[in-house]
Amino acid sequence: MGNVSAASPVEVEPTSTPDEITVLAVPWVTIVWNDPVNLMSYVTYVFQKYFGYEKKKAEKLMLEVHQDGKSVVSTGSREEMERDVQAMHEYGLWATLDKQS
Amino acid sequence: MTGFTRHRRSQHLIATFSGFEADLLRSLAAQLVELLRNEAAVPRDDVDPLEALMDFSGPTTEPDDPVLVRLFPTAYRHDEEAAAEFRRFTEGTLRHGKANAAITIIDALEEAGLPPELTEGLVIDIELEEPAAEIWMRSFTDLRLALATRLGVEEGDEDYWHSLPDEDPRAQAHDIYEWVGYLQETLVQALATR
Repeated sequence: MGNVSAASPVEVEPTSTPDEITVLAVPWVTIVWNDPVNLMSYVTYVFQKYFGYEKKKAEKLMLEVHQDGKSVVSTGSREEMERDVQAMHEYGLWATLDKQS
Repeated sequence: MTGFTRHRRSQHLIATFSGFEADLLRSLAAQLVELLRNEAAVPRDDVDPLEALMDFSGPTTEPDDPVLVRLFPTAYRHDEEAAAEFRRFTEGTLRHGKANAAITIIDALEEAGLPPELTEGLVIDIELEEPAAEIWMRSFTDLRLALATRLGVEEGDEDYWHSLPDEDPRAQAHDIYEWVGYLQETLVQALATR
């Protein structure tokens, strides 16, 4: 209707600083999938060695892989998860990365 | 067949192989090296030589061979483009690392006295420091994944393999697969204890 009233002030200030955005961004996860080949002892060893997890935690994750078919073994930025997935492939584990669901 | 143990004083990981076993292990490792190098990871000869030198990119699609598909799994399940990028930047390095690991096994066996042609009555003593032992441990995984993929090993199918007649070549290959598993299991246990 040609209403030319003064524009209301536009909110130009971002509501989050870049740092906050990074923190708030959905993190990524590294998932290790079960396969019929890798030994339980080996998978546990890899989780301890590469991620520095305590034996108890490494065994818990290994059992999740074995019994549930998969387990989230690390969480972080996309770049970090790509590094972890590559390392898991070096160790012969079947790993993928995904956004945290 | 004794598997690996940790030597109490030196802390080294040690194993004794018959000549036959050492020769078998060498041949498995050599086959893996050949497979890793055969199906081209990087090479593109059709481009300008300088461009080729500057191009460190790898393949973007899954390899054809099912063993290689298992050794280099697709990293992104729901994003084809990201998966291709990941493969381009990692597969070459991974292939190189796995081939080198298998070569480490071959070299160690030969340094320990395994001749090019197997002779009778050989005993091969292997003694590894921890970093080398971890390379062997990783390479055992690659060998087992390769054998299992070729055989079609599945979860909980041990009874099937053991029901095959001894003269069935697949039964023999499965025995070898189990043997490498035994070597790996003893090596993991030895590495985990000190």
